[in-house]
Amino acid sequence: MRSCLFKVLCMGPIPTHFSFIMDGNRRYAKKMDMGEGAGHRAGFFALVSVLKYCYEVGVKYISVYAFSIDNFKRRPEEVKTIMDLILEKTEGLLEEGSIADQYGVRVYFVGNLKLLSEQVRIAAEKVMEATAHNTRCVLLICIAYTSCDEIVNSVRECCKDKMEVVNEHSAIQLVDIEKHMYMGVAPDPDILLRSSGEKRLSNYQLWQTTHCTLYSPTALWPEISLLHVVWGILKFQRSYAYFEKKKKML
Amino acid sequence: MDSKQKVRGFSCSIHQIGNLGLQLLWSLVHLLISIGYFVVAAAAAVESYLISSGLLTRYKVLNISKLKYLAIVIESDDAVQTSKVVQLLRWLEVMGVKRMCLYDAQGVLKKSKASIVKMLDNAVLFEELDEKDLLEKPKCMALEFASMSDGKEGVVKAANLLFAKYMELGNRDGLDDEFFTEAQVGEALRAVGCKGPEPDLLLVYAPVRCHLGFPAWRTRYTEIVHMGSLKSMRLGSLTKAIYKFTRVRQNYGK
Repeated sequence: MRSCLFKVLCMGPIPTHFSFIMDGNRRYAKKMDMGEGAGHRAGFFALVSVLKYCYEVGVKYISVYAFSIDNFKRRPEEVKTIMDLILEKTEGLLEEGSIADQYGVRVYFVGNLKLLSEQVRIAAEKVMEATAHNTRCVLLICIAYTSCDEIVNSVRECCKDKMEVVNEHSAIQLVDIEKHMYMGVAPDPDILLRSSGEKRLSNYQLWQTTHCTLYSPTALWPEISLLHVVWGILKFQRSYAYFEKKKKML
Repeated sequence: MDSKQKVRGFSCSIHQIGNLGLQLLWSLVHLLISIGYFVVAAAAAVESYLISSGLLTRYKVLNISKLKYLAIVIESDDAVQTSKVVQLLRWLEVMGVKRMCLYDAQGVLKKSKASIVKMLDNAVLFEELDEKDLLEKPKCMALEFASMSDGKEGVVKAANLLFAKYMELGNRDGLDDEFFTEAQVGEALRAVGCKGPEPDLLLVYAPVRCHLGFPAWRTRYTEIVHMGSLKSMRLGSLTKAIYKFTRVRQNYGK
């Protein structure tokens, strides 16, 4: 049934890059009368399903907002629970039969990784190294990430680069800034889905979403299903001609 | 050999027929979606009429003080309709919205800013306000006009400004972390003319819900609401969007 549905969808353009803000895990836990940690775990299962649907339909790049720099302001116990879950699932990506293995996914951890604990950072680096040879699909896990921090980092790296090669005609160009963006390893997203019906981007991919369809289904992240992925792709297809025209004008 | 070719030709035909069938199904799905959107738009038009005529009482009282700065993103092709833009601004003025940014990617609104301000009775350009005016309760409407050049290009200019200062300071340990901060980048952006504050709400008058390159630095926690195209703008829909915004509660990541 799903493969028939995907065959029909593939008659139109498929987004190259689908981005997700996974909002609503805590509200889900409250709604289902679960512990907070259980909400984040349920969110992880939803993520795995969404990744499978996207890779099966032909989306090459997927990015997810796993943990914002602003999320460090949460209660220390909650931050620890989330980091422990991230560590567990990151290490899981190294195992045989993991989703990275199954779908040939190259994984990037994107963000200010210096803000993470050494354990999580080392695990992330191991996964990036282990999956570096995969070429079928790409997963960008935005962790310790905000757009403003990304812009600051890019400006810093541009200035350091220019310091090394200084001549009076050498000004920083837009292409230099974009080269140093954390998200520079992937094309700009074509569609961004934020669950829970919230209408803001919360400091996520603000630079990259100039020509990106924004979609905010009211479902909480653990409730996100195949239907939402399909609807997102249909919305992208409806706006495809408009954005292609916009991109050509640049 | 002959029969193999026949089989190949036959399966090719089946494949083509299959593809045609899938294409038809895809077109049918999109046709049904378009019909669905038409019905939703008709219902929205009716609701908008009920709101603007005061029949839906819950929208009568707006807590407009929560909306400190509004941004309006308009599709550049529609931004030439200055009279529509002015009508929209008049509605907002009546609602009590005093500070706003008008944005279109190609800078069409920037070119007509003088005539827009002239057509409104009580409006000034945002850049004409000084620090004192910004702190006081606004007496008149202050309009900022922005385009794509204030977004990414603004960050490039700010980066070059910071680079010039960085070169002066020379190379020493720990300088990078001290010097390159969000506060410094924010200040550099203001110095190169990208002064406007972060809008609380961004209304998009375009075919698709997308910010179309509104300055990234200023939309961290901005609510982005799609209003449809400018030609189908309605007072009731505008009222509803602002009302819904006033009821949003943000955690700011916490």
